[in-house]
Parts: sequence; C-alpha cells; structure tokens
Amino acid sequence: MAEFYDKESVRAPMSQRLQRFEPPSDTQAIGALVSVTIDGKELKVPLGTTILEASKKVGVRIPTLCYHEDLCVAGVCRICVVEVEGQPRLQASCAYPITAPIKVKTHTRQVRQARRHILDLLLSKHYGECYACFRNNNCELQALAKEYGVDFFRFGHPEKPRYRIDRSSPSVIRDMDKCILCRRCVRTCIDLQEVGVLEVNQRSNRSKVITFGEKPLGDVICINCGQCINRCPTGALRANDPTDDVWAAIDDPTKHVVIQTAPSPRAGIGECFGLEPGVPLTFEMNTALRRCGFDKVFDTNFSADLTIIEEGTELLQRLHKALVQKDKMVRFPQFTSCSPGWVKFCEHFYPEFLDHLSSAKSPQQMFGAVIKTYYAKLNDLDPKNIVTVALMPCSAKKFECNRPEMCDSGYKDIDYGLTTRELAQMISEAGIYLPAMPKSDFDDPFGTATGSGVIFGATGGVMEAALRTVIELVCGIQVEDLFAHADITPVRGFDGIRFMELPIKKVGPVPELLKGLFEDWDWLVGATLKVAVAHGTANAKRVMEDIKAGGPCSECHFIEFMACPGGCLGGGGQPIPTSPEIRAARARAIYAEDAAYEVRKSHENPAIVRLYTEFLTEGPCSHLSHHLLHTAYTPRGKYIV
Amino acid sequence: MLVSEREQLRENIEQWVAQYGSDRSALIPVLQEVQRKYHHISEYVMQVVADTLNIHPVEVYGVVSFYSFIGLRPKGRFIIRLCRTISCAMQGNNRIARQLENDLGIHFGETTPDGNFTLEWANCLGMCDRGPAMLVNDRIFTQVTPESVHEILDECRKAFGAHTFQGEETCPL
Ligand code: SF4
Ligand code: SF4
Ligand code: SF4
Ligand code: FES
Ligand code: FES
Repeated sequence: MAEFYDKESVRAPMSQRLQRFEPPSDTQAIGALVSVTIDGKELKVPLGTTILEASKKVGVRIPTLCYHEDLCVAGVCRICVVEVEGQPRLQASCAYPITAPIKVKTHTRQVRQARRHILDLLLSKHYGECYACFRNNNCELQALAKEYGVDFFRFGHPEKPRYRIDRSSPSVIRDMDKCILCRRCVRTCIDLQEVGVLEVNQRSNRSKVITFGEKPLGDVICINCGQCINRCPTGALRANDPTDDVWAAIDDPTKHVVIQTAPSPRAGIGECFGLEPGVPLTFEMNTALRRCGFDKVFDTNFSADLTIIEEGTELLQRLHKALVQKDKMVRFPQFTSCSPGWVKFCEHFYPEFLDHLSSAKSPQQMFGAVIKTYYAKLNDLDPKNIVTVALMPCSAKKFECNRPEMCDSGYKDIDYGLTTRELAQMISEAGIYLPAMPKSDFDDPFGTATGSGVIFGATGGVMEAALRTVIELVCGIQVEDLFAHADITPVRGFDGIRFMELPIKKVGPVPELLKGLFEDWDWLVGATLKVAVAHGTANAKRVMEDIKAGGPCSECHFIEFMACPGGCLGGGGQPIPTSPEIRAARARAIYAEDAAYEVRKSHENPAIVRLYTEFLTEGPCSHLSHHLLHTAYTPRGKYIV
Repeated sequence: MLVSEREQLRENIEQWVAQYGSDRSALIPVLQEVQRKYHHISEYVMQVVADTLNIHPVEVYGVVSFYSFIGLRPKGRFIIRLCRTISCAMQGNNRIARQLENDLGIHFGETTPDGNFTLEWANCLGMCDRGPAMLVNDRIFTQVTPESVHEILDECRKAFGAHTFQGEETCPL
C-alpha cells in the first residue's frame, strides 16, 4: 500500500519531535559507537543515546519523574540528575544525548543531595495525604520519597488546598494540589493523542496545568480517553469513580445487579495484584465478581459479536446502496464507532464526517439495551430494578453511558462504567486475592462468547472480527481457507496505521440471517474490499487528513479507529503504569485467549443466533435493532465559546 | 461580537499569518500584532490563531498567559508600566507610583473606568542608569519625575483622536 505517511512521523508533530532523541538507525554512516562509563561500567552505545537509556542497559537505576517511555523528552523535573566528569553542573540524564565519550556517576553525594532537595521542594507544594489518595502504593512521588528516605519536610508542607478539584468531567477528575508539574499529561494530550486539552500556563511558581481559558474539563474538547491519567506519576489525575454507588446497588436487595466484563480488563487486572503484565484472569475474575455480590456476570464479548453483526450488515448495506442502487449519498469509508473516545474526537474535530461513523452502538451500550429489554423479559424482571455495570478498560465509557441518548431501553442502558483499576479496588475491599480464586464460567444466556469478541481489546481486533464474519457470510468459505488458523495477521500489530485489501473472487449463498436484506451477493464479485486500522487519535488524525486530501485512506471501505494507543488494552482505565512492553504483553494475553476459543467467529455465536431468532426477529439493522442497538451523533465542533 | 467584526478579525489574523509564516514560530509576532491593534487577546482570537497556525488553542493560551505584554483581558488604550526592580526602586520609583495612582485615581493592576489608562508594574526595563524608568505602550520614559508624570499623562490625553500610536484602533471586543 502506498506510503502516504512516513513511519517516523506517524505520531508527534514536528515541534515536539525535535525534542526526542531517536538513536540513528545507521550508526555506520556517522562513524563508530561512543563509549560511556556509568558508575565504572563501560559500554558502547549509538551516538545520541541518552545517559538514562545507556544506564538501563548496564542495570543502573536512575530515578525519573517527567520522563515517560511513550512521550518526548521534557527534562523539567531534574530528579534524574547525574554527575558527568569534567562538567561543573549536574546533568539531567534523560535529556543528555551522548555524543562523545563520557564518564558518568549516578549516586555521588552531590547527586543524592540534589535529588533529595528536589523531592523536598516538590513536597513543599504537594497538598495531599497518601492514605486518602487513589495512587497510594502506586505513586511515583511517594515511591521516590521512600527511596530517598524523606522523613521530614525540610521546606514545609502545605496544610490547606490551593485549588478546587475539577469534577466537571464524567470521566477525568483533576486535583491540581497533587500535581508536580511534570507535564506528562500535557505531552500525552498534545503530542501522543494530539487532542490538545492540557497545557501549562503562567510562569515560575504560578504555573499550573490548565485547559483552554481555565475552563472546567467537562466544557472543553477533552475526549475522555484517560491517557493522561495513565501517565500521571501522582494522584493529580484520576477517573470518576462510581464504586460507592455500585456497592450501594449490590447491598440493595431489591436490585438485580449485573456486570459485563470487557476483554481488556482481564488481560490487565492481574497487574493490580502484583502479577506480571499479560496474565489473563478471566475466569478467576468471574468467581471474584460473584463473591463481591454481583447477581450475574456476563461477557461483553457477546455484544461485541452483536456489534460485528450489526456493523458488518451496515457495511454490506452501504456497499449495496453504492454498487447496486448507485446511491450518491452513501458515505465511504465507514468508520467504527465502538471507541467512545474516538467518537467524541470525530464529533469535535471532524463533525462533517459523522455520516461516516457506523450508527451501531458500542458493545457496552448494546449490552445494556439488551439486558434491560430481552434479558429482563426472559427472566421476568422489572428493568427498573436492574442495575447494569460495565467493566471497561476505559474512562471514556463513563462519558458514553451518560450520554443522554443512551436510554433506548426506556431506562439508562448502562448505569455505571467501572475501570479495571476500580474493580481491582472493589475486589480487594471484599478481601479477595484475585489470582488465587477458583475459575468459573460466565452466566447464561450470554455465556458463550467467541474469540472474535475477545480480540476487540487489541487494535485491529474489530477489523479482524468483522472480516472473519464478512468473509464467511459473503464468500461462503471458511476464513481458515484464506488465513491460517483464521488469524488475519495483516491487521494485527502496533504500527500506527495498517492497510489490507481483500479481493472478493467468488460468493456464496446469502445466509439465513441476512435473507431479508439481500437477495444475492453477485454484485460483490470482482470487488476488492479495502480496509484500514488506526490506533491512537494522533494516527486517527493522520487518516482523517488523508481522507480529506483524497489519499489512499479515502479509497477504503471500512476503517477501524481506536482512541487509545494499542487499542482498548492500553485504555485510560487500565492499570498504571503503561509502556509499549506492557501493552504488548496484554495483547499477547488477548490473542492467546482468542486462539483458545472453540467458536471464533461472531456469527457462529449460539447466543447471537438465539437473540436473532427469539428477540430481534426481523434480523440485523431492522427496525427494532435500529431502535435498540443503533444511535446518532452530535456535531460538537472544536470552537469553545 | 458582531459577525462582521469576527470576519474582520479573522481576515486580519490571516493576513498577519501570511506575513509571518504559517507555522508555530509565527505565534508571537502574530499575537503582538493582535495585541497592538486590539489591546488584548480574546478567546475567540486564540482559537482562530491556533487554527491558522495548525496548533492547539490551549498552546496559544499557555503562551498568552506566560507573557505580561500580551494580555487576556481588555486593558486601557495606554498601558503604563513602571519599573519595580532594584535600581529604579533606589532612584525613587515609589514617588512616581504614588503620583500615577493619584493622577489616575486607580491602583496598580487596574484600568481607569473610561478605559484609557492601565497601570502595571514591570521588571527591569534595561534603563537602570537612568531610572526611574517607565513604559507607556511601547515608548520608554526615563528619569521620570512626579512633574513629568503630569506632562506624560497630558500628552496621552491629547493624543486621543489623533492616531499617535501606530496601528491603534478601538477594540471591537
Ligand atoms: S499523589 Fe502520591 S504522594 Fe501525593 S498524596 Fe497521592 S499517593 Fe501520596
Ligand atoms: S482524557 Fe485524553 S483528551 Fe482528555 S485531557 Fe486526558 S489525554 Fe487529553
Ligand atoms: S497532572 Fe500529573 S502528569 Fe500532569 S503535570 Fe501534574 S503530575 Fe504531571
Ligand atoms: S526525568 Fe529527567 S528531568 Fe525529569
Ligand atoms: S531597574 Fe528599572 S530599568 Fe533596570
């Protein structure tokens, strides 16, 4: 596929990229490696490697605060200072590219004192009590205070808050009293996500992280992705936590509390209990949830499969309209709509493209609507007594379930969105050590899931699931005939933007499910289905600009967008910290779970087949399914008045 | 703000962007032009500037709040900035300060009700050998005395109507 973007520039804007030290790929071209001695250990590194990177290679630990693997270098906190022989001042190791042989000492008296001083100064402005803070035991500032033996406040400690906590956003809460001005959130929002909500204003001791016009976060263009939360070293940013309400619902005997669990939290929740990243705890979690008091535990994969059917049908309908009815009003490419961060991004920055968004709701919301209608009827429950909780890796899901239009069941379809971190908290409150739980399965009638639902958690997963289904429903062949083990690898991986083309050579009969909508598939013969995948809103922006310019993305039929880098497994509600390695480990856990399922294609899910025979009898994209499972979007624009 | 005024504003900004270049390094010169013409940078302006330079409005906001010579709020048509750094302090800037407050009837950080004068502190203006130093918009006055404060203010008052200060225009916001 045409390289309309250059891989290097696929993320950061120029201004920020200049601050990043990429080790040159061709070290031969600029001469030899440089030698560096760190605490007496000598090694050779490519020119431009920072002292911090070099010291990691020899196993020397240098503390950091403003540095983050996903972000460009800032060099603002100075906690990483080291002594470079021959230089009068200490140097910030994260921002010092090695260009000549140097000798570095990382824990001399001067260095230790400087770091301790920096900590003392940070704490002199840090209002907050660790035991009343959600980052207790998971806070980089707290950890460093311990590491450097802070046992009194040399420069004092604030006794009163200086700022009001901003609780205006349904997703992200900002408590600037705990902020240490490391600017990781700023770089996350501007450089990594390219949304541009946060910046630092003023100068010196009046500096503060602010939004445009210092407006409440709920009133600006924040897409609720929560990526800033995951990269904040302290408790200054946190998700809006509804656990108290969830406990109250559980403790209320008149309420029937059901929880649906998304694929990504299972791959991550172990990290909250001290496990290595990438250990899935799906079935242990089911047991733990029942012990916490949830009445039913369902698998969001069911509604992920449902999404695939609805969204896939919508795609086929669009294709039919364009190819057969020659309808000029049909918009291509169709965009996925399961990532609420991406949806809000599109509403703010590309409102003219809302017609491209699939009208299908996200799996979370579809499930809510199905539970409060179909499930309620099936079990003779009054929907007003059902409380639906969604366990999501995501902070934007909290915003999504509060969107006013998400009440198609006649009630609020999803009552509460919980993040992985919040559920881990609830589980430990219940006195449960999750990894030690016995395993148990999901509850019926939605128990059986397919592998296609699971891979929704990784970038490319929705596309892979959709392709599996479309190939089988349209071509009448097994996906395995085209791709070994039904693994559609071209759409997998972590490249920012990925393309795939699928020529449709022959077609099969129209399956029972879609008989009401299509007579045959003959009109698709000879067509080539072009799809693309983008993750992280910075890459989404690249794709959108390319579509506007009429580039290769504009020729696609279907594009998957995920707001978070890595897809949901890197979501803003996942355990902290995050890094490329951690996300890769979670992805491995998700694909391993997919491979372990017997049924791996959405349309083969027996629960889905049952739903369409018993409830949505008119089939996908019918009147009832449009009422319950589809939605409309709000053009928001980016101007703030 | 009227639609036509908005359009005018946008046109001006686009013109300045064409003049100074359309990347982020043009931000400060463009903001200075806006400040010169409209005496402050409104939220609308920041968003238009961000749009034309292809950066985020919040970045513009960060820059505007960083510099004291670029203001978020409307200020008087004459902004008087008196140096408060040590050399000027030793040369009696407090007498000048009192005189200014007296003559204008406002305190530092305030604007006269008629919107003509704003009084502010500034740090060293680089005229330490000839203090007390004071800026009126972008004109510098040195060795200011309580008497010369009168004259300077009078000169300002006389300048109304006559366009002494280049690019000046009433602020539509
Ligand atoms: S942010 Fe960290 S140091 Fe501050 S109160 Fe919370 S846990 Fe303690
Ligand atoms: S939630 Fe996302 S969009 Fe909102 S401030 Fe954080 S990084 Fe930016
Ligand atoms: S809010 Fe968190 S990430 Fe942002 S500057 Fe403050 S401490 Fe750093
Ligand atoms: S980590 Fe190096 S300066 Fe902050
Ligand atoms: S101290 Fe006033 S001009 Fe330098």
